Amino acid sequence: MIYDFFYNLTGSVIISGTVVALLPLFAFILPFALFAVLLERKVAGHMQDRLGPMRVGYHGILQTVADIIKLIQKEDIIAKDNDKLFFNIAPVLTFAGSYAAFAVIPFSSIFLGADIDLGIFYVIAVTGLVVAGILMAGWASNNKYSLLGAMRSAAQIVSYEIPTILIVLSIVMLTGTMSLYDLSENQTAYFWNWNIFGGPNLDIQKFLLIPFMLIGFIIIYISTLAEVNRTPFDIPEAESELVSGYHTEYSGMKFAMFFLAEYANMFAVSAILVILFFGGYQSPLGYLGNTLNIPWLIPIEQFFWFIFKGIFFVFVQMWLRWTLPRLRVDQLMTASWKYLIPIAFVNLLIIGVISLI
Amino acid sequence: MKQYFNNIFTALVTILVGMKVTLRHLFTPSVTIQYPDVKLPLPERERNRLYVNMDDCIGCDQCARACPVNCIEIETVKSVPGEDLGKTSNGKKKALWVTKFTIDFAKCCYCQLCVFPCPTECIYMTDVYEFSEYDRNNLIYNFSTLTPEERRQKLENLEIYNQEKESKKGVS
Repeated sequence: MIYDFFYNLTGSVIISGTVVALLPLFAFILPFALFAVLLERKVAGHMQDRLGPMRVGYHGILQTVADIIKLIQKEDIIAKDNDKLFFNIAPVLTFAGSYAAFAVIPFSSIFLGADIDLGIFYVIAVTGLVVAGILMAGWASNNKYSLLGAMRSAAQIVSYEIPTILIVLSIVMLTGTMSLYDLSENQTAYFWNWNIFGGPNLDIQKFLLIPFMLIGFIIIYISTLAEVNRTPFDIPEAESELVSGYHTEYSGMKFAMFFLAEYANMFAVSAILVILFFGGYQSPLGYLGNTLNIPWLIPIEQFFWFIFKGIFFVFVQMWLRWTLPRLRVDQLMTASWKYLIPIAFVNLLIIGVISLI
Repeated sequence: MKQYFNNIFTALVTILVGMKVTLRHLFTPSVTIQYPDVKLPLPERERNRLYVNMDDCIGCDQCARACPVNCIEIETVKSVPGEDLGKTSNGKKKALWVTKFTIDFAKCCYCQLCVFPCPTECIYMTDVYEFSEYDRNNLIYNFSTLTPEERRQKLENLEIYNQEKESKKGVS
């Protein structure tokens, strides 16, 4: 693991711990956020037959860098009647919640912050902090639109946790492990061994599972989309109704932290999907390192495949965003309580019965 | 119950149809033009900023009279005999010094009515349409080729000539 590597290198618990803790942030989340914001704007532009940002750098590739520089320079405005303490804590808490999830996500078989046995459980628990941060931001802003957005967000995330957890539960039940590392290791290389195709064991159970895995994947995709407040489920920040929801009152770096948290969340959610259904960091077509007999190439390939799959699902999120209109509040609740949860529950029961065979 | 499954089916199918549409648009070339770098070709008879070719202007004031918003101001001074003002490109002899010729583009309505009466075709529309200014006074364009000193000199010349004429009349 990466921690042992740094521990052997430096011999200090503190230095190796700090490096391992900061590595995903600087090696991954910040570059990813820069890339994802640009990708979002480009995808949005081209889907509407526009061009998107074109001015800064070749085809606007430095646009987000310029935006970040602008955000750093901006004045940090705090209104007079804000709840100062909560107003300042909220963005940090939101970002901490989404960043903490990255601690257990295995980017590759050696790049993994902490291999804890309760991996997926930890992710679901710690991303709950995001709700607290959002609610705090909405309350502390002392702005009716912010508060409305925050309350909608809380209602939405609470409703959509249930189908997510039911699907996660069915996977955990099937594979018998909660560790994200073991989940990815189990789905050995080659795509027919992935959970979406019924797992690595070749028997009757595998073929019976495929349709239910597909249903489970669709449900968890929809519900996680709602958990990260993306369109069609973006009623917490609905621009046309609520200005921009809970981060209306924020400016400068605090706004940037909310923004970063949103994009980090998008990837975290996609990463969880990839680990649960699409083989984690496993290559779909076997490793070049194995055929060429270069062992050190395999982790790099795994990292590439993990990022590739993750960004593909982030792209699908953006694709959906520019396809579907926003749901009404009652439609949102109907979709969760009347459709996703019953189907997820029945799916859980059926997968349970199949796993007994 | 039938309605329930029907709803699920419709939702999934319509989402897929919508995604197909957006995916197709992702790969169609965009219609945007990178404006300051690339400009659309102008139509053949476009009406934009006016230009006055002062070499041809005879100071007849017809354009100013045709103007519906009075944005053209012309002031002329008679030339004295012996001064050669030259000829216009279509052979008309110039007889007046045009001491002032301003067009206020803040007022101009780009109707092109001033262009047709001009006997020498010296006022015409160009293809320049980007001439915004921060100060409104900068939109008053001065076309007269004479400097203020020259203008004063022309006026004096005329006055001297007129006085001489008067005195000659008095003598004879």
